[in-house]
Amino acid sequence: MKRAAKIAMILIAVLAAAVAAALLFGAEWASPFSQDPGRQAIFFDIRLPRVLLGACVGASLAVAGAALQALLRNPLAEPYLLGVSNGAALGTMLAFVVFGNYVFARPLLAFTGAAAASVLVYSLAKTRAGMNVERLVLSGVIVTTFLSSVIIMLTTLLDAARLRSFTFWLLGDLSQATWSGVYLSFGAAVIATIILSSQSKALNLMMLGERDAVDFGVETGRVRLVVFGASSLVVGAAVAASGSVGYVGLIVPHLLRLAFGSDNRIVVPMSAIAGAAFVVLADLAARVAIAPRELPVGAVTALLGAPLFIYLLRKN
Amino acid sequence: MLEARDISVKYGGTTVLADANLRLSPGKITAIVGANGAGKTTLIKALNGAAPISAGEILLDGKAINSLSRSEIAREVAVVAQETESRFPVSVREFVLTGRFAYGSSFGWENERDIEAADRAIADCDLREFPDRLMNDLSGGERQRVVLARALASEGRVLLLDEPTANLDLANQTLMFRLVLERCRKQDYSAAIITHDLNLAAEFADEVVMLVKGRIVHSGKPAEILNAKNIREIFNVEVILDTNPSSGKARVTQVY
Repeated sequence: MKRAAKIAMILIAVLAAAVAAALLFGAEWASPFSQDPGRQAIFFDIRLPRVLLGACVGASLAVAGAALQALLRNPLAEPYLLGVSNGAALGTMLAFVVFGNYVFARPLLAFTGAAAASVLVYSLAKTRAGMNVERLVLSGVIVTTFLSSVIIMLTTLLDAARLRSFTFWLLGDLSQATWSGVYLSFGAAVIATIILSSQSKALNLMMLGERDAVDFGVETGRVRLVVFGASSLVVGAAVAASGSVGYVGLIVPHLLRLAFGSDNRIVVPMSAIAGAAFVVLADLAARVAIAPRELPVGAVTALLGAPLFIYLLRKN
Repeated sequence: MLEARDISVKYGGTTVLADANLRLSPGKITAIVGANGAGKTTLIKALNGAAPISAGEILLDGKAINSLSRSEIAREVAVVAQETESRFPVSVREFVLTGRFAYGSSFGWENERDIEAADRAIADCDLREFPDRLMNDLSGGERQRVVLARALASEGRVLLLDEPTANLDLANQTLMFRLVLERCRKQDYSAAIITHDLNLAAEFADEVVMLVKGRIVHSGKPAEILNAKNIREIFNVEVILDTNPSSGKARVTQVY
């Protein structure tokens, strides 16, 4: 417990530093104390919601990744690779095309899409003998590819201007951040982190094997439902706000396990804090790398995540 | 005490265990023997309430096991399953502490009592030298001892062991049986052990149960039922039986 508190303090300090850097730096320098109203506007109206949304999205994707990995006994499980993010993306697009700008439709359908994709991948990957790495990854690839095709079909309904912003959004983009998106993502991230952390002791057993978990007192069906439900909620909210930022749920829990071991009572809640810092820094890199132009943040996370995925796959 | 009365288990319409009766009494070790696919693991799973029974009843200290929660069962019944390799780096101590899950809140951290129970189990299983080593860095024998330590840390007084000595060398096989025997004799635990080693069964078990195609065909004291006829019936092999000169127990030698 004391160790967890210490780790939390260190990670919160890293997050605070990351947020401060991301608020101050970019294509233009900005400050809340600047005499120039332009710079003040950049700080409060553009950067602040963007950075906070990045933090919420990072926390959401990392905490979901950490919990899904333990539940599925697979360090490669990640919302983006499992197709959960694409399920949410399809839900968001459907909401946009069918319901226009009706405010609750996007997160609601994003959640439904994420939940449906989770259940689909899980049932494709599971056999009577259990679930192996290859089968889970393949099921994720199949579902992701299928959902991507449907998403591309839907984009044909969009005009040229909206198509460009949608393409950016699909890759994971924080430039469209709004305060309503921040509030919604923040609420979902906090609720899901609390729910998933409450399951972390059970996940320590689930991570070793389903039979071990049953034998030592875990109601495995309930834990599975809670983890799939909470991760779909949080991924749905994150994707509705910022598109599919990939690999965050893979990179962050992996680094935490390397640094602090596999105890999910540390890995799951700390993933939320570290994930927030990670996406804030990745977005800062996306803004300054080719300034004044911008990269979508999802491109930066994928650049880092894909090699790690290959490394983990070979190690497994 | 754990007791199965006329239990049957079906998987998708196929009966894998039929009308089994078994009583695990305090202080006693019961060895479960049978060919591969005879239903031994299913019997252990059913005894633990982890495989749904289609008929009969299982009583744990007089209460129907399906009326108890998983935590309530886990506080009384400890399982040593055939070990599997984890893809996550888990230390010996972390692994043993998972055996205390049933005692805490799901949020919670271990209290002193949990740590004490885990440390005692680690010491009992001769693992004091490496509580911080990673499970995947251990040898097969060491890992199996850790799996037993977790079961002992749970303080469940009924031990169910599913082939705990498979893949172990001679010294580790004996050590596993000795550790279980000690708990049974000194602390009145009861144990059921699945094993293919009839000599270990003869040496350490108080009762032997023989399974053929999901049915218990013989049960009783090792000296009574470990005979050439019964062994031929369950394994379809010829054996010679004599007496182990060091212990005076039955000794089984296969004729090739």
